[in-house]
Amino acid sequence: MSVLIFVELDNGNIKKTSLEAIAYGASVASQTGSTATVLAIGQADNSELEKAGHYGASKVLHASDEHLAHENALAYSDVLFQAATKEGSKIIILSKSGLGDAVAARAAARLKAGVVSGVTELPQIDGAFKVTRSIYTGKAFATTEIKSDVKVLVIRKNAIEVDEAAISGSAAIVETFASSRRDSDYQAQVTNVEKASSELSLTEADIIVSGGRGMKGADHWQPLLDLASALGAATGCSKPVSDLDWRPHHEHIGQTGIKVAPNLYIACGISGAIQHLAGVNGSKCIVVINKDPEAPFFKAADYGIVGDVFEILPKLTEAAKALR
Amino acid sequence: MKILVCITNVPDTTAKISFTDNDTKLNKNGVQYIIGPYDDYALARGVEIKEQTGGTLTVLHVGEADADPQIRKALAIGADDAIRVNADPQDSYFTAAQIAHIARQNSYDLILMGRESIDFNSGVVHGLVGEMLGVPSYSPVMKLELNGTTATIAREIDGGKETLTVTLPLVLGCQEPIAEWKIPNMRGIMTARTKPLQVVEPVGLDEMTAPEKFTLPAPKGACKMIPAEDAASLIRLLQTEAKVL
Repeated sequence: MSVLIFVELDNGNIKKTSLEAIAYGASVASQTGSTATVLAIGQADNSELEKAGHYGASKVLHASDEHLAHENALAYSDVLFQAATKEGSKIIILSKSGLGDAVAARAAARLKAGVVSGVTELPQIDGAFKVTRSIYTGKAFATTEIKSDVKVLVIRKNAIEVDEAAISGSAAIVETFASSRRDSDYQAQVTNVEKASSELSLTEADIIVSGGRGMKGADHWQPLLDLASALGAATGCSKPVSDLDWRPHHEHIGQTGIKVAPNLYIACGISGAIQHLAGVNGSKCIVVINKDPEAPFFKAADYGIVGDVFEILPKLTEAAKALR
Repeated sequence: MKILVCITNVPDTTAKISFTDNDTKLNKNGVQYIIGPYDDYALARGVEIKEQTGGTLTVLHVGEADADPQIRKALAIGADDAIRVNADPQDSYFTAAQIAHIARQNSYDLILMGRESIDFNSGVVHGLVGEMLGVPSYSPVMKLELNGTTATIAREIDGGKETLTVTLPLVLGCQEPIAEWKIPNMRGIMTARTKPLQVVEPVGLDEMTAPEKFTLPAPKGACKMIPAEDAASLIRLLQTEAKVL
């Protein structure tokens, strides 16, 4: 009956958003008088997986078969289905990502479970089970009741405040989870993977520095990269910038790109079209730097500087370096 | 080649969102409806594939009659016929079950849709449909090439891109740059009027999830402006005031 949390691994480490999912699942478990079990698929050391205990999980099921080494949402959803069935889990938590949504969807279809993606807060449980989710690309929220027996929740970044100071030192028990293999999940041949492994992922990042057309061209990105590096931030861009090939498509933040929810979003030379705002409105704090005082982005910002980005960025970088 | 393209009928990306009936319904007053932008990419690629390989392209919408202008637009862009499942879908599982039901009757080679709808932003319907039909699903797909019954797909993964080959049938959630959006021409608009649009009733199933109340985000406080010559002080404010550094 435990709450089951699907976590994602990155080079053997539990992703930050997955640690949030564990804390979220543990909180739901304590609300419902149950325990939190983690499912981790892929290679990882026990010492890393035990950390799930710091965030409130009592047990980790580790599925590390060789055929699960390459990320495969079809196979992972089957393993999640098997784990949920074995544990008798009625509540399943995943963090929102391409993999999280795909695994949630396919597992929900087999578990005949209601699935809600984009959950922004802890559920309200009082007879009914209700969650709040982000809709209309962050322009509104919906309180949604999940009526099915089995419930699948895909949570957004910052759906729970993880108090790093308050995490306990207790380690979770790690068990090997032996799953059966469904051949139909292995029809595809992956022929190429391009992954910039050194880059900080946008959906995981706490700080993002992002550039728009005001950056004037691909050759002028260095001051922005310098600030990002001084802050330990990921870099993003607006749609026109990726359309113009100044930056790679996977950096495109907005309605038709990646939706981000960092603690700090610094927009450089981005005017703030509604489609861009839709991708960043989950951010805790927004800084806008633009030479046009009428740029609509200032209306959505917490801090603003009107001026030339190429004069302002080096000053910020210098101040950020002094901070460290 | 039998292709099914599923479309959503959603408020335009620039629409101002508000609610009525004690915050239980979207205020549709003055809201322009469009084919979901991601679905539009799926439709455009579907039409291109149909034109290259021959076959048929059916467009499917789960929704009410007010979507008919958008369905006619999809027919004008190049779909051969359309099916509308007459329901007001509020739940991903419900919508997916309707699509899967239609798909089982017609055995499509390729089922395309957007990576997510821009109203509920779930991005789970393609995965649900894939599992319900027992076929692979991939999303978000940025490139799709067919060679007989083998598909080559490029899709976005966290911080990168993956290319794979897989045999049809498939369910795909699409996004740019899979194709350029198509604008219907006059001939398309004329022929769309007489193309078949079949309206069917939904299959019944237990309600899984139901939205009960909508809320708008709390209004943003005023933006604190910092003089350009004093830009460096921003970093201090972010640390001591906003506490995000």
